[in-house]
Amino acid sequence: MSCIEQMKYKLYLERTSFKESRDYIEKNSDEVYYVEPGYKLFKDYYIIGVPPIALGVKSKELLFTYVKPCHGTFVMAIESAEEIQRLRDKEQEKVKASLKKTSKSMEATPASFQELWKK
Amino acid sequence: MDKINRSLIMMGCPEVPVQMSLVLYLSNKLSKAGDDVTVAGTDAALKLLKVSDPDEHYFKKTMDIDQCIADIVEKKIDFDRCFAFMHSDAGMTYAATMSAISKAKMYAVVFGNNAEAVAETIDFPAEKIVAKAVHNPIPLKNKIDRVIA
Repeated sequence: MSCIEQMKYKLYLERTSFKESRDYIEKNSDEVYYVEPGYKLFKDYYIIGVPPIALGVKSKELLFTYVKPCHGTFVMAIESAEEIQRLRDKEQEKVKASLKKTSKSMEATPASFQELWKK
Repeated sequence: MDKINRSLIMMGCPEVPVQMSLVLYLSNKLSKAGDDVTVAGTDAALKLLKVSDPDEHYFKKTMDIDQCIADIVEKKIDFDRCFAFMHSDAGMTYAATMSAISKAKMYAVVFGNNAEAVAETIDFPAEKIVAKAVHNPIPLKNKIDRVIA
C-alpha cells in the first residue's frame, strides 16, 4: 500500500476508467501538466497510467489519477505546495529545453531560396 | 549457451476464475522452457497463487505489483518479456504503464466477458492474446500455446 492512502485526501471521481479520470482532471483544473508513467509523487507513489498522464492543480490541491487493479481509477486530490512547485519547475525546464531546440532549428532553416541554393 | 529470458507474469484483479489457472499454466510452461519467471500481483492475487500451489511447483518468484513497478522505474530490475493479464480498464492501465517503463516485449493476455472491448483500448505495442473466457480456460490456453510454442 502506498503512503498516499495514509495521507489526507479528497476523492473527486471513484471507480471509473482511466480516460474518464484524465478528462475530469483536464476539464476541472486551473493548470494541467503531463507526466510519463512512473513519475514519482510524494514519498513512494509511482504513478500508473496510459501516457500522457494528466496532473492538475486546483487552488492548493494537486489532482491525480490513482489506479487500483480491482477497483478502477480514482481522481484524488491532496494539498501539497511542494509537489505543485516541483511540477511547475519541471514544466519550466521543459520549456527552456524546447526553446533551445527551436532556436537551433531556426538557425538551420534557410531564409530564402538563394540561401538554399548556396547550400 | 542460450540466453535465459527473464519473464514477468503480471496478474490483474483475480475476480475472473480463468486467470489463476492460466497464470500457473503459463508460469510452468515458461519455466520448463528455461525462463526465469516472476509472478507479480496484488496481495489477494498472490495469496490465491500461493494457496493454489502450496509447494511452489509451478512458480518460484513472486512480487507485489506496485513494488515491481517501483523497482523497474528505479532501474533495480527489468524483464525481457511481460505477460500482462487483464479483463478491465485498470488491468489495461497497468499494462500500458509497464509498456512505458520497461524494455520487455509485451504480451497482452485479455479475457473475461468484455475481452474484445478491453483489447480494443490497447494502444501500446503488444502482442494481443484475446479470448472471451470466464470459467473455461481452454480457449485462452490454446491461444497462449499458439503464441508461446
